[in-house]
Amino acid sequence: MNFIFKMAWRDSRASRRRLVLASFSIVLGIAALVAIGSFNNNLIYAINGQAKTLLGADLRVQTRSEFSAELTQALDDLGGRQAGEIALSTMVVFPTAENRTRLASMRALEPGYPYYGEFKTVPADAPARLAKGGLVAILEESLMAQFNVTVGDEVKLGTKMFTVVGALKQVPGDSMAVAMLSPRVFVPRAKLEDTGLLGPGSLVRHRRYIVFDDDRDPLAVEKELRQRFVDERLSVDTVEERKRELGNGLTNVYRFLSLVGFVSLFLGAIGVASAIHVHVRQKIATVAVLRCLGASSQTAFGVYLVQGLGLGLIGALVGAVLGVGVQMTLPAMVGQLLPFEVEFFVAWGPVFKGVVGGLVICVLFTLLPLLTIRRVSPLVAIRAQSIESVGRDDPLRWVVFGLIGLAVTAFALMQAPSWEIGLGFVGMLAVSFAVLGGLGKLVAWAARRFMPKRAPYVLRQGIANLHRPNNRTVLLLLALGLGTFLIVTLALTRSTLLTQIEGTGGGDRPNLLFFDIQDDQIEPLREILNAQGAPMQADAPIVTMKIARINGRTINEVVRDKSLDIAEWTLRREYRSTFRDHLNERTEKVVEGEFIPRVQADVDVVPISMEVGVAEQMKVELGDEIEWDVQGLLMMTKITSLREVEWRRMEPNFFVVFPAGVLEPAPKFYVGATRVGDPAHSAQVQQAVVTALPNVSAIDLQLVMETLDGIFEKVQFVIQFMAFFTVATGIIVLAGAVMSGRFQRLREVVLLRTLGATGRQLWQIQLVEYAVLGALAAFVGCGLAVVGNLLLAEFVFSTTGVLSFTTLGVAFSSVMAITLATGLFSNRGVTNHPPLEVLREEGG
Amino acid sequence: MLKVESLTKSYPTASGMLTVLKSVSFDMERGASLAILGPSGSGKTTLLGLCAGLDRPSSGSVMVAGESIGQMSEDERARVRNEHVGFVFQNFQLVPTLTAVENVLVPLELRGEGGRAAEKMAAALLARVGLGERIDHYPVQLSGGEQQRVALARAFINAPKILFCDEPTGNLDGATADTVVELIFELNREKSTTLVMVTHDLELAEKCGRVLRLRSGEVVTG
Repeated sequence: MNFIFKMAWRDSRASRRRLVLASFSIVLGIAALVAIGSFNNNLIYAINGQAKTLLGADLRVQTRSEFSAELTQALDDLGGRQAGEIALSTMVVFPTAENRTRLASMRALEPGYPYYGEFKTVPADAPARLAKGGLVAILEESLMAQFNVTVGDEVKLGTKMFTVVGALKQVPGDSMAVAMLSPRVFVPRAKLEDTGLLGPGSLVRHRRYIVFDDDRDPLAVEKELRQRFVDERLSVDTVEERKRELGNGLTNVYRFLSLVGFVSLFLGAIGVASAIHVHVRQKIATVAVLRCLGASSQTAFGVYLVQGLGLGLIGALVGAVLGVGVQMTLPAMVGQLLPFEVEFFVAWGPVFKGVVGGLVICVLFTLLPLLTIRRVSPLVAIRAQSIESVGRDDPLRWVVFGLIGLAVTAFALMQAPSWEIGLGFVGMLAVSFAVLGGLGKLVAWAARRFMPKRAPYVLRQGIANLHRPNNRTVLLLLALGLGTFLIVTLALTRSTLLTQIEGTGGGDRPNLLFFDIQDDQIEPLREILNAQGAPMQADAPIVTMKIARINGRTINEVVRDKSLDIAEWTLRREYRSTFRDHLNERTEKVVEGEFIPRVQADVDVVPISMEVGVAEQMKVELGDEIEWDVQGLLMMTKITSLREVEWRRMEPNFFVVFPAGVLEPAPKFYVGATRVGDPAHSAQVQQAVVTALPNVSAIDLQLVMETLDGIFEKVQFVIQFMAFFTVATGIIVLAGAVMSGRFQRLREVVLLRTLGATGRQLWQIQLVEYAVLGALAAFVGCGLAVVGNLLLAEFVFSTTGVLSFTTLGVAFSSVMAITLATGLFSNRGVTNHPPLEVLREEGG
Repeated sequence: MLKVESLTKSYPTASGMLTVLKSVSFDMERGASLAILGPSGSGKTTLLGLCAGLDRPSSGSVMVAGESIGQMSEDERARVRNEHVGFVFQNFQLVPTLTAVENVLVPLELRGEGGRAAEKMAAALLARVGLGERIDHYPVQLSGGEQQRVALARAFINAPKILFCDEPTGNLDGATADTVVELIFELNREKSTTLVMVTHDLELAEKCGRVLRLRSGEVVTG
């Protein structure tokens, strides 16, 4: 044993630099896993430690309509401390910013909340001033910055002016991500009615926050409330539930990122194996001598296994340290997206897991080339034998392949949210590697087959390097191609989605949507829009309703019958249906049955049209009967047609369309859509509408796009961060491969030098080789990304993939430049030294 | 010390079995020396490899220091080599990453007998072959003759019962070759080692007590 360690150490002398560089291939993969694992650990700790601030209370009850007297009584009976809140979307008008407007999430809050955690504002006394009441408001910090509002300025909400008393930094229960989607405005609950925003049909949420003064179990209270008030469609939140939901959400993100990190480790392990392969090939003569001197095959194998283990250990430890370093930076980068504060500490569990996991994967991969050692015959020492032929047909190779497959599958199954996704990941990994590896082999073959014999010498030599023995073409195409593939797919998907949204408002399509329009406001709105040069293009009345029975069975009966496998949301939701005597030709078409445009008011069974998707989820078809509870009035209907709806168009679209003739007398409100020109026109139209009809809210397509782009930027940051690990691993693998093949390369260079090649020619040969390699990696990566983007667009986003040639161009040149720079840098010194000097240095 | 009986070695080829060594037999007493002579392809190196246990015969037997190595496993043969056999190769075969003294120590360390005493012995042997001042030099820092002398020191460090030399002067110039040959025979006498040497060099062969001539895998004289 002693000999094995001594020999492993001594034998590594001349190649330590190369081996350490090779070990760095796994550093980033392990760093990614350690950083993500540790950060996740920090998050779980933070969630557990600050659980109550996630909700700000023990219990939150929410409904979409006003609490019934019974429910109010039941909540009052719970005792403790309670605060009510009404939340709705509305337009904020900024008089100090030329009356510009912005859709915001308004929360009218009673004093007391939050009971746990801190309501952080600048200045800090703003919550106290809010609690005192009066026409005061706390605005989202970003909203104030956007419209240059300062404390003391006024904003208009509905018909009232409110004085801004503070900028909101953080409030329990919400994250910055929520704020990004819809900025929040807090006002005193008592002042809400004064604004005139509480019209029928407004998208209002009624909430009650409760803190118990005894130690009763919030989960038990939740269960009791749900059972007692089934018909009120309560949404009840407890700290435990919030914790679980948040934990599940974060775990999914953690798992997804771990899988991406694992790809990087996998690539790195291949890099290490490749370096070990070259190392072992150079050591076969030494192994043969050791065997002649009496070393057993295990001893010889042990020497190089120890080197491989050492390599893995160095990589794993450096990776762990780097991972902890990255983990330290994560709270600063993503902390603001989370609804709680994350404290940094070293989580030894994930660090240990990362190191051991990385080491196992690395050792399994290095075993493949190391197996050769066992088969080196001592005869090699006295008889020149083809070193290449050693260890090719070792059956143990298949055992190691099997172990690698098992380890990868086990890891994927452990990390993936479900076993299907885990196996899917393994499958995708195998397919990606097979495609990239296959392309690598194809490229090497094509380089040999199609190289013109009369091409300039440096070109032929450079390209020949792609297919000669011990080439790294396949490995490098894998490493660089995969990284390029990940990053470019993301960029192209972003372009596709943004183009798609832009397209929804293209041509003369509506790009400004109004909602919360009361029955008596539709005509005035039409007039305002005409006056503003943006006539109403589409409008629809909306009647809210719920399902009472399906084919004679109550909702509760249907829900309890698990054999039906019906999506519960389709049964319990509040439907916002419309009625009209025609189809909207731009956005819908009947795929089954017949649309009946009009019926008599006294018809017994009303023929309705349902959207295909919701009908599928509700497991209903043509001829099925649905009884609706239209705000207290029961109405029997029968499905007579199914429609396909183009939801992405910015127009009023509906799950259920009633014929004209029956719903007209029901309480209703409207949505409308128009087309505006530039952002200035949009702002002008919105101002005119909000000034005259304060409760009417507007969504601008531009705003949707900005929001989406903002979300993309955050997601992109995370994914790019992970893709960076993969690409950087690719670069390290490339540098490692170049360095480990340096000795072999040197012999050729020296030979060419001796035969009269100039330094310039040698440099050009390398330039050609790395340029071709870089171009191929970029080409393959971009090609796969184009395919990936098209598939994602087709099957996930149901749209047409967009090819951004700028993105592809930038990606192509970057990958090529990186490959060239890394290749030439790693080979520096080989061409401009006297041959003998170089040989002596490398040999020593 | 070395007993070879009806030793035959064949390899499968595309056109059938190729026999490179045909029924070779001889034996040697302790301290004796034998030169194996013959043209290229006559089977000299194959015979040396089989005698040293580097390969397995197709038929026949080899006894080294009383142990029949023909049917031993590869690792058992490695043990026999380590305990009883020393090697000198035509191309020296020093481990390039080890210093001269470390190269010499390998056979002892393989037995778990490293340490200060072993180092002293290795240094003494290196001094004996005239490299007392070069013990910490790497092979690449030594000339061909010096490398072969390190190889000699390595061959004798475990006091082998048999020393196998494969063209020991093949890569050396005349004067250097003479020095190395002198050393081989001196050490051979000093340590009473049995010596088996493959060579092209008739002059060198004549220094051995016995000469075995091979042609096409068969012994023609000896």
